[in-house]
Amino acid sequence: MKTSLNSLLLLTVTCLTLTAQAQVPFERILNAADEPQNWLTYNGGYKSQRFSLLDQINADNVSDLELKWVLQNQVFGAWQSNPLVVDGVMYLTERPNSVIAVDAITGRVFWKYRHVNDERALVCCGANNRGVAILGNTVFMGTLDAHLIALDRVNGELLWKQEVGDVARAYSVTMAPLVVKDKVIVGVGGGEFGIRGYVAAYEADTGELAWKTYTIPGPGEPGHDSWEGDDWEHGGAPVWITGSYDPELNQTYWGVGNPGPDWNAGQRPGDNLYSDSVLALDADTGELEWYFQFTPNDAYDYDSVQVPLLADIEWQGEARKVMLWANRNGYFYVLDRTDGEFLLGEPYVRVNWSSGLDENGRPIPTPQPEGMPTFPGNQGGTNWYPPSFSPRTGLFYFSAWEDYATIYRAEESEYVPGRAFLGGGFSVLAPAPGAPTIGIGRTNPINNWTNEVGFGSLKAMDPQTGEAVWEYNQFDVSDSGMLTTASDLLITGGREGYFHVLDARDGELLYYKNLGGQIVMAPVTFMVDGIQYVSIISGNSLFTFALKD
Amino acid sequence: MKYATQKRSNWCQRQLLFVIFLFLAPALLQAQEVSDHQYSSEAIQAGLAIYSRECALCHGPQGDLVSGINLRLGQFRTASSDEDLRQVISNGAAQGQMPAFNFRDEELSGVIAYIRAGFDPDGVAVRIGDPERGKVLFEGKGECALCHRVNGVGPRTAPDLSSIGILRTPTNLQLNLIDPAAALLPINRPVRLVTRNEETIVGRRLNEDTYTIQLIDSQERLRSLIKSELVTYEVSERSSKQPTNLTNDEVADLVGYLLTLRGVE
Repeated sequence: MKTSLNSLLLLTVTCLTLTAQAQVPFERILNAADEPQNWLTYNGGYKSQRFSLLDQINADNVSDLELKWVLQNQVFGAWQSNPLVVDGVMYLTERPNSVIAVDAITGRVFWKYRHVNDERALVCCGANNRGVAILGNTVFMGTLDAHLIALDRVNGELLWKQEVGDVARAYSVTMAPLVVKDKVIVGVGGGEFGIRGYVAAYEADTGELAWKTYTIPGPGEPGHDSWEGDDWEHGGAPVWITGSYDPELNQTYWGVGNPGPDWNAGQRPGDNLYSDSVLALDADTGELEWYFQFTPNDAYDYDSVQVPLLADIEWQGEARKVMLWANRNGYFYVLDRTDGEFLLGEPYVRVNWSSGLDENGRPIPTPQPEGMPTFPGNQGGTNWYPPSFSPRTGLFYFSAWEDYATIYRAEESEYVPGRAFLGGGFSVLAPAPGAPTIGIGRTNPINNWTNEVGFGSLKAMDPQTGEAVWEYNQFDVSDSGMLTTASDLLITGGREGYFHVLDARDGELLYYKNLGGQIVMAPVTFMVDGIQYVSIISGNSLFTFALKD
Repeated sequence: MKYATQKRSNWCQRQLLFVIFLFLAPALLQAQEVSDHQYSSEAIQAGLAIYSRECALCHGPQGDLVSGINLRLGQFRTASSDEDLRQVISNGAAQGQMPAFNFRDEELSGVIAYIRAGFDPDGVAVRIGDPERGKVLFEGKGECALCHRVNGVGPRTAPDLSSIGILRTPTNLQLNLIDPAAALLPINRPVRLVTRNEETIVGRRLNEDTYTIQLIDSQERLRSLIKSELVTYEVSERSSKQPTNLTNDEVADLVGYLLTLRGVE
């Protein structure tokens, strides 16, 4: 009798909980801007603007921010995960491939799912994962061993698991998936291992493959002649950053990475389509609608894996659907996203690999003599760190690396499946022989490379002119993404471990706090029970702030 | 960010100089054949031929086949200076396991040059002198010990050199003596600060970020300051020390001594 009562009670509680925690149908994601209390996709909405309508925290009270809770990661290494927040529950990933569901008010954990990767899993640059996607009652994560997994968002149970790529040939998934309608879309990493990249969509309820579009055209397809011989079979062109979606055009947009081998462009003659490009793919079929290549025959590892940021703005007197893009190659671009037309391109850091762009946006190459420094360096003028666009200021914000150069060395590389396929190497230009230089991440609390090897510059770019309206320099470089709010705050961080808040209009510093570890992701903001929170990952911990009670 | 803008132009100049240095370096080496700091590139090339013929059979093409010895990386059982190497090659060692070689003087120099160049025929081979004499120079005429600390003795204002032999290459140590400004690691640059209450602080930079700086001042105190509270903050382009007045032989001896400083075992 007692057991039955307990069961009844449990059932009642479960039903109440389910009612309180509604599902996340596609319509909710489509209209994410209508519920700024939540953070429903990697980039906060299909336009990927990382702009929140929340305005409880503003310039006048930001100094009253206080720490509410900390979630400590159990695994060391750069924590690049972007949390989602749905109705008071936060979903995020830990290295290498765990998913945790966290109470967004207290930071206490509801459940944790651990995926054990195939021991052959191979990635160039750390066991990174950048987060989950959500649809209905399901949470999706890509894995280092190139699988896509679906979990019940209420209890973290595995619903299905699907192979996305061949782990033995160094395919991997590090990005947060993109959900569109009833499909989950991911791209593959492996640009340093001679993969042939693609974007693939899976049915959200079954995991069945819906479509797959290669980023390197095969024989008989347009663009195949931009490769010679069998170079296309192992030409790289990975996709490792979450794309964007325009529901009116029904197009998804994807940044494509470097061709392989990375640094020996002479070994793969031709433009090497669609490496270092943006692709517009039909959301239902994956069909290529248009492309724009930023860096043909790239010799510098200038992946175009930046977030395709979409904006509907008055551009030079005309209402346009544009795409704003600060590329790793040092140029800032404005494209018309209906057809990929090149509208504007201006360098935002020192660029010497090219002397400018022609009227179609194609760079005029000026390769440097062997042994001479190339600007920007191998990590680029910027990289995958998510930018932000504020419709209020009309400005595009992103992290740039200034005064950073690389000396490249090209050599012949043989393609061996599952092995590094690099075509040479590089060194970073340093002010003294043997001086420490900037690496891919920061593990040392002492900046012994100093700003002489490169420094961070947060830029507020005017899409009308391609010029920064203001800049905020940092002593070390920054891999931090951006968040803007309706109260004109720009919230970000940097490798030094500072969490800082600026005035999005003029770059005035409003608040900063030393969190101690490198910040290599963008902050997110959400609201629960009428309180606005900001969460940011620094080092191995996620810190959540709100105003003092 | 007035500060960073100002820094940038300075850095651009220095960077240009360094790039020029990179490109002049091969030419300089050619010109320096008369210099006694280094072996000539001809000597290194000649050494390669002799090494391949006489030494590689036992020591191997990479110089690492005899246990406890890695010629290419400068790891020997007993020798440290070039003179030590001459003795071992000419007299033999290890109860005859290493035979004595009857090389002419220039052949001997060639083999040592090839070893000191790290087995790189296009590399640079720094002359390495007698560590005992080098220690005397370090503590006396060379005036190194006035600022540098070794194994718990000496001031802390300049970097502690107790482990410098494993942190720096011979080439780098030599450059540090001949042209300190070119070899100085940027983090070690001397700084001068003036605070709002008019205190002037001179010291060596230990760490820096966007908002703060950490340093050791001339009284060996660890100081941390907030940049926005400073009236003046200057980072010197120059090293605190002048290019050395020591002779070429003395520089070789000093480098030999510094290479023996390998920290707490």
